[in-house]
Formats: sequence, structure tokens, C-alpha cells
Amino acid sequence: MMDVIRLQELHYRWPGQTRDTLAIRELQVRQGEHLFIRGASGSGKTTLLNLLAGILVPASGKLTLLGKDLHGMGSSVRDRFRADHMGVIFQQFNLLPYLSVQENVQLPCHFSALRKQRAGDMQASTGRLLDHLGLDAGLRSRPVTELSVGQQQRVAVARALIGNPELIIADEPTSALDSDTRDGFLDLLFQEAEAQGSTIVFVSHDPHIASHFPQTVDLREVNGLPPHPSPTPRGRGNTP
Amino acid sequence: MILLKLTLRSLWNRRTSLLLTLLSISISIMLLLGVDYIRKEAKSSFFSTISGTDLVVGARSGPVQLLLYSVFRIGDATNNISWQSYQDIISNPLVAWSIPLSLGDSHKGYRVLGTNQDYFRYYRYGDKQLLAFAEGKPFEGVFDAVLGSEVARKLGYKLGDNIILAHGTGSASFAEHADKPFHVVGILKPTGTPIDRTVHVSLEAIEAIHIDWVNGAPIPGYHINADDALRKDLHPKLITAFLVGLKTRAAAFRVQRTINEYPREPLLATLPGIALANLWQAIGMFETVLRIITGFVVVAGLLGMLTVLLSTLNERRREMAILRAVGAHPRQIFLLFVLEALVLVVFGCLLGMGLLYTALFSARPWVVAEYGFYLHTWIPDASNLLLLAVVAGLALLFSLIPGAIAYRRSLQDGLTVRV
Repeated sequence: MMDVIRLQELHYRWPGQTRDTLAIRELQVRQGEHLFIRGASGSGKTTLLNLLAGILVPASGKLTLLGKDLHGMGSSVRDRFRADHMGVIFQQFNLLPYLSVQENVQLPCHFSALRKQRAGDMQASTGRLLDHLGLDAGLRSRPVTELSVGQQQRVAVARALIGNPELIIADEPTSALDSDTRDGFLDLLFQEAEAQGSTIVFVSHDPHIASHFPQTVDLREVNGLPPHPSPTPRGRGNTP
Repeated sequence: MILLKLTLRSLWNRRTSLLLTLLSISISIMLLLGVDYIRKEAKSSFFSTISGTDLVVGARSGPVQLLLYSVFRIGDATNNISWQSYQDIISNPLVAWSIPLSLGDSHKGYRVLGTNQDYFRYYRYGDKQLLAFAEGKPFEGVFDAVLGSEVARKLGYKLGDNIILAHGTGSASFAEHADKPFHVVGILKPTGTPIDRTVHVSLEAIEAIHIDWVNGAPIPGYHINADDALRKDLHPKLITAFLVGLKTRAAAFRVQRTINEYPREPLLATLPGIALANLWQAIGMFETVLRIITGFVVVAGLLGMLTVLLSTLNERRREMAILRAVGAHPRQIFLLFVLEALVLVVFGCLLGMGLLYTALFSARPWVVAEYGFYLHTWIPDASNLLLLAVVAGLALLFSLIPGAIAYRRSLQDGLTVRV
């Protein structure tokens, strides 16, 4: 089976830093598997996500996504690759306030012909996704700013899923939700991702969520490769 | 396409705060085009003051001064021309027609022009138009007067009214020719030229009102009343200037040289087109200044736009991260800002043009009533469009700054939403 993600001897160092922010010997996610990456803020998870999304390029090592080596691609090609094959869900404020719910969901299809093609009838697939995620017609016509945080996050899931991308990157998507909403949200996310065969890479500092995942990686454990056994975390805000 | 849609929706979302920016851009566009319009109207009105005349002749001075007093009724002549020299010169077989002009008196601040019937027959302005009467007819009797449209309108004169001329050209002339009143026999239609501000009488009338005057003052103890004056010899002896129409334009330079070399009197003949161009060049400085000022107004409007674009950069960081996440390239983020500026400036231009059109349209009746000047409907021409293109180009140039900042930030931030 094809590896969705494959990292080998990956190093990343921010410009101007003397130590690597990220050093991962090996990380592998197969198709259909999901990965939970546990990491507090400052552990390098943001850097890892940006690397996985093709925004950053590793300084050395190998980063293969869907069998493609991201290292050899130009930035435009990486952007195209992300548009075609990835859905991203942020912690909060996922939606553009000036677009309707449906327009927000359909946004990736405007940047990726592949996803537009896979989505087929865009209205229908948007409606189907929103139906599955429990966002009824009454909610869809409202300005996105009037939706609750939980509803906004579900719209973000629909956006990440539209056009069947192979990889869903979720960066603490539940941290703004209360625990009941959170579990419901996770169930929906898994259900929909599995229905279309997408792999979820889920990053959170919340250990409760880890139980939903078969494969869990603690970033502090994998991150740390000689010659820098314990790199100083770079980040804004509080240290772990 | 999606970028344009995003730009429009994003702008619409921020419409209240952008409305002022749009307004300031459109007002500066209106000023820019308005000044251009006024400049062109002023120029065309200026150059249409006299047309169809081949030479303007007066006592020797400068061509601009000659043009000023003979055509624009500004300033005074340094010297007069004898009637004999006038007759002598127009006897040249190349001369088709001529109009004698005698200046020096006024009526309530309006210049009085002594001339003859040929004035109504040959004087042309604008697009070679002859003078037309709103009411009445040309003067026939010695004490008949024909008023320019503004004189009649501002002073409220009707046909048959009596008016008193004053000696000299100041508005507060105290030496009046009160003993010899004139009556109004004709009122001209508005021309948009100094003719509107002129009182026209016959050359004989000028002789008659000065018959008991010498050296610019009444002769003490010597008085001739109006009736007696009519019996005197009223043939003109002096005129101030005259206009010449030639049988063929090509002869203008030849006749000009003949007049300039006229042995009995120092005279100056000038081609009105050349003198007008000289004069316009002299007073044309104002248009340059005006253009510079409006240029700065436009730059100020665009700087306002730049300020708004820059100030929204921070609050739009999240928006940029979302767009990056769905696959937008930093180049597209950059384009968003350029498009935004372009949309703003295009709408600013349209709104500015609308404002100018409305302003001119609503000012038209007032301007006609007040100045006898018809404001033509403003139709943007190629030079206006070029001007707008320059403004749009400038706006694009300005938008490169926020665009570049957003580009750099979206590279740095990546998927990280910094708030």
C-alpha cells in the first residue's frame, strides 16, 4: 500500500537559527491510516505542519507525500499540490467572513481543477457534505460570522473534504470546542474522511483525543536526532 | 476569476470604511477632470473671441497689448490712429473689409465701443459666427446704443431705455456725458466673449459727446447740447484701432508689413491668431499651476487608499492563511491587493466622472445666466482617458507596497494564523 506521508532524516531550521527546529528520523503514514501528533505549542508542530503542507521545504532529508518528493518541486507546484491533495482545518477562524457557507466550502475547488473535477456537481456535493455534517439548510443561508464555533469548524471540515483530497491536516481543530461538541466533531470528521478514504493528520496537545487514533506520535519523542538531541523549541508564546 | 470575486466580496464586506476612501478618490478624480475641462473650455472660449479677422491694427505698441485693448477691452491704447491713415490703409485692394474701433469711454464699468455698421456685418467670433440680435437692431442715429447681453442683463436695460456714458474707463468715472443721453435700440445675444460686456455706439456718437471737450475734460464755459451737436461736423477724426479682413489670407503677411512700414504714422498690425497664442502663453501659467495642484490632490486621494490598504494588512492575515491553505500561491495573495486597488480606483474614476457630469449639468443654467457662457456637455475624450489611465497606473504602483508586504508575510506565516 502507498505511503501517504513518508519522512526520512528530515531537518528543518528557521533562517537565522543555530539549531534545528525539527529533526525527525522517520515517520510514515499509510493510506487509510490516521496519525495523531501530540505536541505542545513550541514543540515544532507548526513547522511540521507547514512542511507537510508544502509551505516550507526541509533543509535536508526526504519528505515524500503521496509518492511525490516535495523537495524537488517549485513553490508554485507545491501550492498546486496542496490545493489538489490536501484539506486544512485550523484551530478556529477557518472561514472567510465575506463568503457564504457554501462558497467557503467550495473555495478549494476554485484553486484546484482536480478537486473541482472530483467534486462533480459542486452544489450537490457541497449539500451532501453539509448534510452529513449536520448543517441544515437554515444554517447554510446565514452569514458565517453568525454560526457558532462548532458549526464553523464543521463547515471547515466540509471545505477540507470537498473534492476528496488524500490528506486532511487538522491543526488543533477542537481546542475551541467544549468536550461534548468535540467528541461529536471528531466522530463526524472520522466518518467523513473514512467514507472518502482520506488520511487525517491531527495535531493537538490534548491527550484525550489520542484515544480516537490508532497511531499516535509524540512530537517530543520523534523530534530529536543527533547532533541536536534536544533542540530548543522555537516558537512564540509559552514554552511547554 | 475567483480572485476578482474574492476582491469584490472582501471590499463589499468592508464597504463602510472604504466608502470614505472611495469618496476621496472620486472627488480628486472629479477635480482632475474638472480642471482639465475648465482649462479646455477657457482656452476654446479664449481663442473664439475673434475669428475671421486677418489683421488687428493699432498705434505702435506690443501685439499683446493691442489685442488686449482692441479685442478684450482690457487696458488702454497708447495712441490713436488718424482717420486719414485708416482710410489710406484700407484703400489697399487686398482689403476686403474693415471695422474701425474707437475706445475710451465707459458706462457703469462697461466699455463703450465706437464703431460703424460694418461691425455687425463683418465681426465674427467662435466658429466664424456673426453677431446676432436678441432684440432690436443695429444703431442708426447718433445717440443710438447697442448693448452686449451681459450689460443689458446685469443693469436691467430694455429697448428704449436711456443711458448716460462716462468719460474714461474706470468704474467710478465722475465725468459723465450727462447732457447727451443714449437710447438703447438693440441688445445682442450672448457670445461668451467680451462683446457681452460692451456698449456699442457709432463713431459719430463718440465725436458728438466729445465735441465740447478737449484733452479729456469739458471746455469751461463752452457747451453744446445734443441737438446742436447733431448739426456739427461729426466725421470721426481719430480711431483707436481697426480690424481688417483680407480678400486672401495668404496676403496677411504682406499687408502686415505694409502697415508696419506705414510712413506717416507708427502703426502695428498683428495677426490675431499669433497674438492670441502669445497672450495665452503668458496667462497659461495658471493652468500649469492648477494642474500641479490637482495632481497633488489625486496623489493625496491615492495615498489615502494606500493607508487603508496598509491598515487592513494585519486584520487580513487570517484571510491570507486561509487562502494559502486552500492552495493560493503568494503571487495570488499579492494580486488580491493589486486588484483591490484597481477596483477601488476604477470605481473612484466612474464615481468621479459621474460627479463631474452632475456638477456641470446642474451648474449650467446658473453659469449661462451669470456669465453668458454655455457649458458644453462633458464627454470624456482620449486625453481624459489617458489621464485616468495614469491615475490607475499610479494606484497600481501604490498597491505594490501592501501587495509585497502581504506576499512576504504569506510566505513567512504559511498556514499559521497570526492574529
